[in-house]
Amino acid sequence: MNWTGFIFVASIGRWAIELTHGLGRAGLFLGEVFLQFDVLFRRPRLLIQQLYSVGVLTVLIIILSGFFVGMVLGLQGYNTLVGFGAESSLGLAVAKLLTRELGPVLTALLFTGRAGSALTAEIGLMKATEQIAALEMMAVNPVRRIIASRFFAAVLSVPLLTAMFCVVGVFGGHLVGVEMLGVDNGVFWSSMQQGVDLYDDIFGGLIKSLVFGFFIGWIALNQGYFCQPNSAGISRATTATVVTSSLAVFSLNYCLTALMFSA
Amino acid sequence: MTFLHLKDIEFSFPGKKLFEELDLSVWKGQITVIMGPSGCGKSSLLSMIGGRLVPSAGSIEFDGELVKPADKKKLYCQRRKMGMLFQSSALLTDLSVFENVAFPVREHTDLPEDIIRLIVLIKLEMVGLRGAANLMPSELSGGMARRVALARAIALDPDLVMYDEPFTGLDPISMGVIVKLIRELNDALNLTSIVVTHDIVEGCSIADYIYIVGNRNLIGHGTVEQLTDSNDPLVKQFMAGLPDGPVAYHYPASPFENELSRS
Repeated sequence: MNWTGFIFVASIGRWAIELTHGLGRAGLFLGEVFLQFDVLFRRPRLLIQQLYSVGVLTVLIIILSGFFVGMVLGLQGYNTLVGFGAESSLGLAVAKLLTRELGPVLTALLFTGRAGSALTAEIGLMKATEQIAALEMMAVNPVRRIIASRFFAAVLSVPLLTAMFCVVGVFGGHLVGVEMLGVDNGVFWSSMQQGVDLYDDIFGGLIKSLVFGFFIGWIALNQGYFCQPNSAGISRATTATVVTSSLAVFSLNYCLTALMFSA
Repeated sequence: MTFLHLKDIEFSFPGKKLFEELDLSVWKGQITVIMGPSGCGKSSLLSMIGGRLVPSAGSIEFDGELVKPADKKKLYCQRRKMGMLFQSSALLTDLSVFENVAFPVREHTDLPEDIIRLIVLIKLEMVGLRGAANLMPSELSGGMARRVALARAIALDPDLVMYDEPFTGLDPISMGVIVKLIRELNDALNLTSIVVTHDIVEGCSIADYIYIVGNRNLIGHGTVEQLTDSNDPLVKQFMAGLPDGPVAYHYPASPFENELSRS
C-alpha cells in the first residue's frame, strides 16, 4: 500500500475512533441528564423558566409558519383534487398531511433553528465565560442545575408546538379552500371528522414530535456542553446542532412512519 | 500548619507536559501567591486543587483529606469549603448581582429569605457594592464584576479562597481595591488564600509566601525578601521582569544567517 493509501486508511480509523468516542460521551451525558430527573419535581420553577424560553418564545414563528403551510396545502390540494372532482376531501387531505407528516417535521425543523441553536450557543457561551466551571466550583452539578431543565423543556415543547402548528395549519387551509376557493364549509369539516383518526393520525404525529424533541434537545445540549470554549468552537457547535438535528429529524421521520403507518 | 499539600504532582495536556514531581504547600491563614510566566500551568494548579483536573500522578491533600475527583459526593463536600474567583468573574449573566451572591446560599441551604437577604447584603457590603445589588452583570465594570464574584466566592464562608489572575485587565484603582480586599478578607474572615498571578508588584504586596512556577516544576519559593535577594538567575529574571535570560527572548529557531542565505 502506498503512502497516500496508508494516510487515507488512518484518517478513516481516526474518524471512526472520534465518532465512537463522541457517541459514547453523548450517551453518558444523556444518562446523567436522566439521573437528574427528580430536579423537575424538586424545583419546577427551573422547568417553567425553560418552557418559556424554548417553548413560548417559539410560538410566534410556529403559528405564522403553520398558517402559511396550511394555506399552501389548501391551494395545492384544491388544484389537484378539483381535477378529479374530489375537492370535498380537501379538509381531510390538509388535516392528514399536517398531523402525520408536515406538522411534526416542520415544527421540529423550526424548533431546531429557533431554540436548538439558541440552547447550544447559550451553553457554549456559559462554558466559554467559565460559568459552568464556576457552578462546579460552587459544588453545584451543572447538568442538574442548567442542562436537565432545558432538555425536558425541549421534549415537552415540541409536541405542544406541533399541536399548535397543526391547528393553525387547518385554519390556513380552511381560509384558502373554503373562504377563497368556495369549498363547502360543512363538507370541509365533516370529511376531516370522518377521515382523521385520533390514534393513528393525531397520537401518531404527537409521538413523532416527542421523539424529535428528545433528539433535538439531546443534540443541542450535548453540542453546547462539549464545544470548544471559544468563538470558533461555539460557531461550529451551533452549526452542528442545526445540521445534525435536521438530518436526525428526517431520518427518524422515515423510521417512525415505517413503524407506525406501514400496513 | 499545612492546610493544603500538593505532593509529587505530574500533569500533562495532550502534547505538553506541565508538571513533573511538583511539591507545594499552603499554610493556614496565609496568602500564598503562585507566580509564573503565561502558559506554565498556574491556573491548571487551581483546577487540580478544586478537583476539576486530575493529575496523572501524585496526590492533593486539602484540610487533612485527599482530593479525589472520582468520589463526586466527597469532592462536592470539599468544594463547599472552597471559594474561587475566576479571571472572567464567571457571574451568571441571567441573574442580578444580588441573586448571583445568593446563588450558592440558595443551592446549599434551606435558609429563610430574610436570612439569605441579610447574608447577601453583608457580603456585598464587604466588597463595597451593597448599592449595586439590583444591577445586572452586564451593567458592571470589570472591577465591579470581580468584586461581586469575590462576594459570591465568600458567600458560604469557605476556608480556602482561590483567585485566578485577579488583577488582569483592571485599571489601577480597581486593582488597588482588589489587592486591599484580598488582604482584608483573608485576615478578617480567617481565610487561607491562594492567588495565581503574573503581576509581580501586586502579588508581592499581599504575599505571605510566593511560589514561582516554570520549567515543569518550581523555579523558586520563599518570602518576598528571600526571592528578591535570591541569586538564582531564573528567579532574578522573573522578579526583575527581564526580557532575556535563562528564559530566552527568542523562540528556538535556526540561526538567522541560514534564513538570509536561503533567500
